[in-house]
Amino acid sequence: MPNLFVSLLSLLCLQKNSVLCIGEEQPKNCFTELQVLKGHFDIVRFLVQIDDFRCASAGDDGLVLVWNVETGERLQELRGHSQQITAITTFTCNNGLTSHTSLITASSDRSLSLWDPDTGNRVQTISDLQSSVKCLLVLERLCVWVSGGEELCVWNKDFQLQCHRQNHSDTGITALIELPKNCIAAAMDKEIVIYRLTYSTDSSLSVAEIRCLSDHQDRIRALINVNDGLFASGSHAGELILWDAIDWNILAYEHILWEESQACTQAEIRLAAPKPSEMSIQHLTTNGTHILAAVGSGLYVYSILTKTVVAYRKVAHDSNVLHTMLLSDSELMSCSEDGSVRMWEIQDLPLPAEPASPGLFGMWTFGRSNKQTGPPSKKVMDVPNIRTLELTGDLIGHSGAVQMFVSFRENGLVTCSTDHLLILWKNGERQSHLRSLALFQKLEENGGL
Amino acid sequence: MIGSPDVVAFTKEDEYGQTPPDPWALPDEFSIPLHPLVDSNPWAKTSYAKFTKDFILISEFSEQVGPQPLLTIPDDPKVCGTFDLNYFSLRIMSVDYQASFVGHPPGSGYPRLSFVEDSRVVLGDSKEGAFAYVHHLTLYDLEARGFVRPFCMAYVSADERKIMLQFQELSLRFSQASESLKAGNRRAFAKELQRKLRDLEYTHSVLQREEGLQREAGPQCMYSAHAVEKANELANVEKSIYEHRDLLRQISSYHRRPRRDPHVVSCQKCITECLSECEQLLDKYAKLANPFSYTAKGETGQKGQVDDEGDVKEGDEEEDDGVKRRSSYTPQLIKGKSAKCFDKRLKTLQELCDVTFYEATVELLKKTERSFRGDLCYLYTRRLDRALRRKQRVTNFLFEEDLGDDDDDEDEGGTLRPFCAVNHAVDNYTLLNPLPIVLGPEPLELDALEPPDPLDPASETSHTQGSELGLVESHLESSPSDQTLETQESSEETKGSFSSGKSGMDLAERQQNLASRKSEAPDPDSDLTPDPDHNTDLERESSSEEMETTAGEDEGDDTPVSLLEVVLELEASREDECEGFTDGPCDMEPESLVPLDTACCMAQEGFLYEASAPEAVQPCQTLVVNQEPHALLPLQDDYAVGSPCSESPAAGLELPVGHLGDAVSRTSAEDGSDCTMSASTGSDLGYGGVVTLRQRKKAGQGALKFVRQYPFAMQALWCLLSGRTLVVLGADEGRVRRLVAALALFVPAPGKCGDRVQAWLSCPFTLTDLQRWKLIGLQRVASPVGSSMLYSLSRYSRYISILDADQKTLRCPPYRGQLLANIADHRTYIRRGSTYFLHLQSTLCQLAAKAFLFTFTHHLHLPVSSTEGPEVVQGRRLCFLQEQLGLGEEDSQILLYLSQLITQQYLHPATGSSAAATCFSFNYTTSVLYKI
Repeated sequence: MPNLFVSLLSLLCLQKNSVLCIGEEQPKNCFTELQVLKGHFDIVRFLVQIDDFRCASAGDDGLVLVWNVETGERLQELRGHSQQITAITTFTCNNGLTSHTSLITASSDRSLSLWDPDTGNRVQTISDLQSSVKCLLVLERLCVWVSGGEELCVWNKDFQLQCHRQNHSDTGITALIELPKNCIAAAMDKEIVIYRLTYSTDSSLSVAEIRCLSDHQDRIRALINVNDGLFASGSHAGELILWDAIDWNILAYEHILWEESQACTQAEIRLAAPKPSEMSIQHLTTNGTHILAAVGSGLYVYSILTKTVVAYRKVAHDSNVLHTMLLSDSELMSCSEDGSVRMWEIQDLPLPAEPASPGLFGMWTFGRSNKQTGPPSKKVMDVPNIRTLELTGDLIGHSGAVQMFVSFRENGLVTCSTDHLLILWKNGERQSHLRSLALFQKLEENGGL
Repeated sequence: MIGSPDVVAFTKEDEYGQTPPDPWALPDEFSIPLHPLVDSNPWAKTSYAKFTKDFILISEFSEQVGPQPLLTIPDDPKVCGTFDLNYFSLRIMSVDYQASFVGHPPGSGYPRLSFVEDSRVVLGDSKEGAFAYVHHLTLYDLEARGFVRPFCMAYVSADERKIMLQFQELSLRFSQASESLKAGNRRAFAKELQRKLRDLEYTHSVLQREEGLQREAGPQCMYSAHAVEKANELANVEKSIYEHRDLLRQISSYHRRPRRDPHVVSCQKCITECLSECEQLLDKYAKLANPFSYTAKGETGQKGQVDDEGDVKEGDEEEDDGVKRRSSYTPQLIKGKSAKCFDKRLKTLQELCDVTFYEATVELLKKTERSFRGDLCYLYTRRLDRALRRKQRVTNFLFEEDLGDDDDDEDEGGTLRPFCAVNHAVDNYTLLNPLPIVLGPEPLELDALEPPDPLDPASETSHTQGSELGLVESHLESSPSDQTLETQESSEETKGSFSSGKSGMDLAERQQNLASRKSEAPDPDSDLTPDPDHNTDLERESSSEEMETTAGEDEGDDTPVSLLEVVLELEASREDECEGFTDGPCDMEPESLVPLDTACCMAQEGFLYEASAPEAVQPCQTLVVNQEPHALLPLQDDYAVGSPCSESPAAGLELPVGHLGDAVSRTSAEDGSDCTMSASTGSDLGYGGVVTLRQRKKAGQGALKFVRQYPFAMQALWCLLSGRTLVVLGADEGRVRRLVAALALFVPAPGKCGDRVQAWLSCPFTLTDLQRWKLIGLQRVASPVGSSMLYSLSRYSRYISILDADQKTLRCPPYRGQLLANIADHRTYIRRGSTYFLHLQSTLCQLAAKAFLFTFTHHLHLPVSSTEGPEVVQGRRLCFLQEQLGLGEEDSQILLYLSQLITQQYLHPATGSSAAATCFSFNYTTSVLYKI
């Protein structure tokens, strides 16, 4: 009888654990001040950091806004695109002593623009492209940049087309990364195509397809560089593949949820069997030693050394995770369609002998009274070296999905959302200190009150 | 003992004047009679006067009927009561010393317009119990005798000290009004002259034609009586034309005349406009230098057309420019001597001055009347208060009501903005020396607030001396005798003699001189020792226009004046110093007055509706009128009707401050309740936002009620003071609005129009709203909208505290501090809202002072030496808060929040203008639920 009760409870819990709530007491959360930045009229999808104190936001309204993160001021308003922005990237020109950062934007109006964020001028623009560009990649070493869509185009810094290559895929290129030896990898539907850029004798550039990697079962959602020798890709079906960057071999193949759905025999797990969308890899980030994968509404930390998942939380958010970031080896951050940003810490399990913390799967609403650990933790116990992902704080402010965030370290965090807003989250104590500094400075300038 | 009138007067002020029949009262024959006049207020100075409150009277000396009152401000027969305005008009008009010189001055062929400076006189009438500041002015009227119409404006009060001590300011205000009237009058006069000239021209041309016809008819009738008469008539008309042209020239030269009155500031734009108008006219008629060249009527008409005067004769086009009423003027024949008829109708004041100017002046006078309401003590306290607050701009945005320097710019920093009836651009004001406020001995206290000036040891002595002499002076000037000083003096010297009007002018003028002299040669002695040359110089200068003509006569008044001169000199110098060194307390001037009668606070339940009535249309009343029993009774019912949930109508019903009469307040109360019924959209910002001091005082009652009713009031107040947004949730709009209005008192830095407070919101709120508003009244609805509202409540629960007005619960972080215990004690002995408000103000003021100290103490925020790390500073800060201020963690949060606001305000004085959005600070703490 108690067993039934407990399993009922855990069933309840598993359904209720979507409401993963840390409560209002968050001592580790240092973001105690916020500024709402208004200016966009539609969904804000992209944020790029320009330098230590500026960032640019872009979204479906075709506007690109440049913000001062320290003060929250809107510095520039880059108008020119008539339709939504599909890609944005920074482009740094190093000419000798000075380096100047510009912005390249691509829009659904089939144009590409180069902007100067200092003056707000549109420096270059190309319109009437055959198709809209979906991704941009700057190859600073070669002083060229690549746009990917239905065709792959290579441009120099003066916006002159160097060479281009038509694709025959329906979906076009969705992601581009730079590989060693002048290679680039492009994700196209289920395949990764490797191109090589070569300078011919008359210093003209040409691009050639050298390899097509078609090991993914489903559409590729994420493609990242891990380090000099590795890159990783994640698919809609939850496959995470680690590739060698030089010879493009598979180093590891991880099907994130596959094992689990095999292992799960309990009814409640089957009830909550992962739907494809729930195991889709939405986003990948890495810091060179770990890969953080956003899978559905869960988070998985994958160690490159051991080639295993070292920590995970199956339901980290109420809804799909859209963007993640590894702040350090133990701290990470994620944002989701549920409108919240969550901060996590990878913690060692207290003691191997002790049953897993009830907090592991969000069952900690039951407190310590819950003696029985859920079936997933049994599986967790089987895996050596597994650690827990503890929620240390959450940021609630947006009323729509949080699309992306950019961290400026101690200067704060910028989030953008479908509710047309950006929110600048700051450390209140630090800000208050800065304000008092400014106060005494002004006091000195004014020569007293 | 039992029937002691004093006790009754002090304790039963709530039902004062109502005296419900008390079954336990002693029969009349056994009780000691109460105060002889039960309904009158024993403290009112005006109790022996025949009017209830101060008012402004405008009278004229009509050449037909003599002195007559024209209007009173406020225009309410109740104000004057049984006071005989006719008699008083006679009194005030009879002291007009300006004695306009009329007629032809010897040596000039034409009548002269007399340019008369205004005169200012204080007179008293102890029999009537009335004292008045009287301001005489003359307006021009073409039809009047000597072309002038004497008028006077008088500020009538029962308190002579009030008038004496406010003389400077009264003089300033009335000068403004007078200038405005005169500006309008000059325009009207020029127009009238123009019309007259046109008539004359027309007449002239007609006469000339007739004469020509006669001449053609034959020489035999050349010398007939008829012809002679015609010729005379023609000559008369010609003369008249010359005269009128000369008048026009004179009126246009008005502005070039040096003004001796230091209070006169006129709008430069108006002057130039009027000047150019006049000059245009002058040009036009100068072309008629030889009017005899015009024989044909049509030519005149053409001339008129050129000058945009479209003659009616050939004017078909005049229909479309119907705006120009004047253009459809038909020249008329002018009869020879008919103008001097005695039964002609004299122009009214409105006609004499342009209507716009007249109305603007009346508005100005109304404002003046309002700003002088209340007794001297009150006026003085308020000024002191304002002066002190002006100096604390760094912190007073937190809890003080806005000083409202939008439309009262003239009382700041001595800038004297000319009053302009047609609202010309405000940038054309001139800088004057700050006007001193003559408050008798009281300014000493103001000075005492200042650190004593080490540079000038004589200043102290001169202060006391000055004030003593000042007293003497006020006695001198305001002997309560029936006779005015003017008339006293006039026994020995008829004109331009020692009058308070002149001395007032002298004072200000001398001050200017002193100031300028000081800047030229900073001689510390020169401003204390009166310079005889200078005096005579001033004397000559300050005499008005007609004294030039009678310059030889007025040596005589040197002797009686001299003592006063010294006094004034001293006072002027003292005030000069006071301005020079402090520039603070002397130069303020009240804005539209809000009498803070602590005995008259608002009705407990009705204040909300009350507050909704627009501020501008609520003139205030003095104590006396407030406690009129007749005004009280009908209000009771109104408030009971107007407020849906009045629990204790008897206890809470007090007379609202500031209505002209019960009728006004009744309508406004009804309007207010109507507003409440209809305004449920929830978007009317500021409806419940408490802005003015008056509204804040009213909210005091609500706040007191809240504190007494809710045991968790302290927690709620803590939330507001520590910057956590408080959401008042309720189904009943009235109750929520009342709560919000009461709690708005505790919102630090509520903004100029209470924009940090949202009284009633019926849609789900967002994060931006939380950032903007610190206090929100939220509608509880049981519909899909309601669920999304509840969703937003729970979503943002970490940022807000929720006060449930229906279930009487409060969800907020726990507060265990002691700082707010004395303003949120639900067993408080304070019973009156206004008392509580004052108590609250003092506590909040104290908090603001602490926050100021915390914010601007250097070593609490910055390291003292380079070796110190941030932890040391942090520790010092904590130590300061805990040990020195004795604040716990939660109490510290209040201070930190206030300090943050001060910092932000200091760094960005105009928060709205900066491009950056405001910050919203919060902290992560768990909330608990408080229940009643």
